[in-house]
Amino acid sequence: MLSKSSDTRPKASWALTLAALGTLLFLHVPMWIIFLYTLTPEEATYTFPLPGFTTKWYGVALQRPDLWRSLTLSFQVAAIATAAALILGTFAAAAVYRSNFFGRESISFLLVLPIALPGIVTGIALRTAIGGLDIPFSFWTIVIGHATFCVVVVYNNVLARFRRTSATMIEASMDLGANSFQTFRHVVLPNIATALLAGGMLAFALSFDEVIVTTFTAGQQTTLPIWIFSQLSRPRDRPVTNVVATIVILITFLPIFFAQKISAEASDTEGEMK
Amino acid sequence: MLNRVSTYFYRRPRLVLAIFLTPPILYMLVVYLGSLFSLLINGFYSIDDFTGIIVREFTLRTYAQTFNPANREIFLRTASMAAIVTVVDAMLAFPLAYYIAKFASRRLKTWLLIGVTIPLWSSYLVRVYAWKLILAKEGILSWFIDLFHLTGVLDWLLSFPAIGGSSLSLSPIGMFIVFVYIWLPYMIIPIQTALERVPASLLEASSDLGAKPFQTFRNVILPLAFPGVVAGSIFTFSLTLGDFIVPLTLGNSKFFVGQAVFSYQGTGGNIPLAAAMTMGPVLIMVVYLLIARKLGAFDAL
Repeated sequence: MLSKSSDTRPKASWALTLAALGTLLFLHVPMWIIFLYTLTPEEATYTFPLPGFTTKWYGVALQRPDLWRSLTLSFQVAAIATAAALILGTFAAAAVYRSNFFGRESISFLLVLPIALPGIVTGIALRTAIGGLDIPFSFWTIVIGHATFCVVVVYNNVLARFRRTSATMIEASMDLGANSFQTFRHVVLPNIATALLAGGMLAFALSFDEVIVTTFTAGQQTTLPIWIFSQLSRPRDRPVTNVVATIVILITFLPIFFAQKISAEASDTEGEMK
Repeated sequence: MLNRVSTYFYRRPRLVLAIFLTPPILYMLVVYLGSLFSLLINGFYSIDDFTGIIVREFTLRTYAQTFNPANREIFLRTASMAAIVTVVDAMLAFPLAYYIAKFASRRLKTWLLIGVTIPLWSSYLVRVYAWKLILAKEGILSWFIDLFHLTGVLDWLLSFPAIGGSSLSLSPIGMFIVFVYIWLPYMIIPIQTALERVPASLLEASSDLGAKPFQTFRNVILPLAFPGVVAGSIFTFSLTLGDFIVPLTLGNSKFFVGQAVFSYQGTGGNIPLAAAMTMGPVLIMVVYLLIARKLGAFDAL
């Protein structure tokens, strides 16, 4: 059933296949190289080929209290920013989906602005506003900044799902005597659950990695990306940085992968239903 | 009890709408638009040259300062980089986007799309860092260049003052490579989306009417994919324009806009000038978005 459509597809020329493969490798190979460098015994330079192999840097990195603090901080920020984004994004999606109102079109525009404009604009705008109000830069100013650009991710995912869910199901539930809360609990929520999961995971990954806005909204706090950033311009702990970068890739890879898988499957089932 | 509450809300859809809409809108209006407004205002303040204290009085001096020759050069340098990065990204993105949209089986397509979106979402900073390793003087790229006996060519390229530097990891060439790499997924997805909408029958019709594959590509596929390229260019251009991590990591002493803003507000403590400078990218992007909309790019997003 699925293979039918692919059988009629033309075959790509070898030049096109090669070019496509090349681009794909260009996108992925650099990230593998970081992993490779976590195994180098060389401390001061990035010599290639590696002069030997060692796994000791993982142990060294895991014993650094400053790294654990940054990791914990990044987790906390991402968790709270994601929670805020889930609530705000779902609310906005529900409002846009269920009713027509004046300015409905501007909502999407407003929500997408923080990721459409360069990060530095969002960052310095927040900094001038927070500084102008004499609010001290803290954990919460980081969270506020992150929430602004995480909302749109949840919003897009949930709104897309709402649009795929047929409104008749909700009507049927109400007709069968369920009240709004029961309908939400037993009909709406199961329907949008995976969209919430996908949106939430992407928002988490986005917040966990964010550095540009964070450099402007953080006080003395060092999130993991800020720690890495300080290593970029003044490399002191090269081997440890490699390990940290690898850890960041691993922590963000799984949520992103599953979020994309969920979205891909959702649009796939939609295609089959058609 | 719950039933009564439920009925109460059911009869008042406007109230429910207000409950749903107020938190996100209030948040975005107050926090985000409020901040943008404060940014705009800050550009009208100035800094006292002697004391370094911000003078909160209306003046056009700071905005005028962004047009001085040094800053004009920064804008020009950044915009040229953004333009070249955009063009090269479009050329690199096209084959993969075309392959995904028109040749990949359904199963392969899902995986290829995941393969493109993972770099798009994954840590931007770590991806920049990867190139620090690759481009390092003693690093992996130099080793390959040496393997093919091309070190002379590299040194020759690096000797040009406008694009060169002491090593790849400290030169505009290095920055260019990293920018192209970092924003590439943002170009692939819109082109793929645009190509996805080109019906296969159109391509068959073209070849039935006697067009050679290249003619079909040139006269049918390329014009239809163009809105996708423009949509992608919104990201590649805008993101390059405002970035400061890459110039700070791989650049030399010549400033880019984002880097200038970062240093004005940080070490310089000149928030008004930093604010005024960010309005440059904002303005350029607004104009760019208006042109892009004319070219139909928003349908490809």
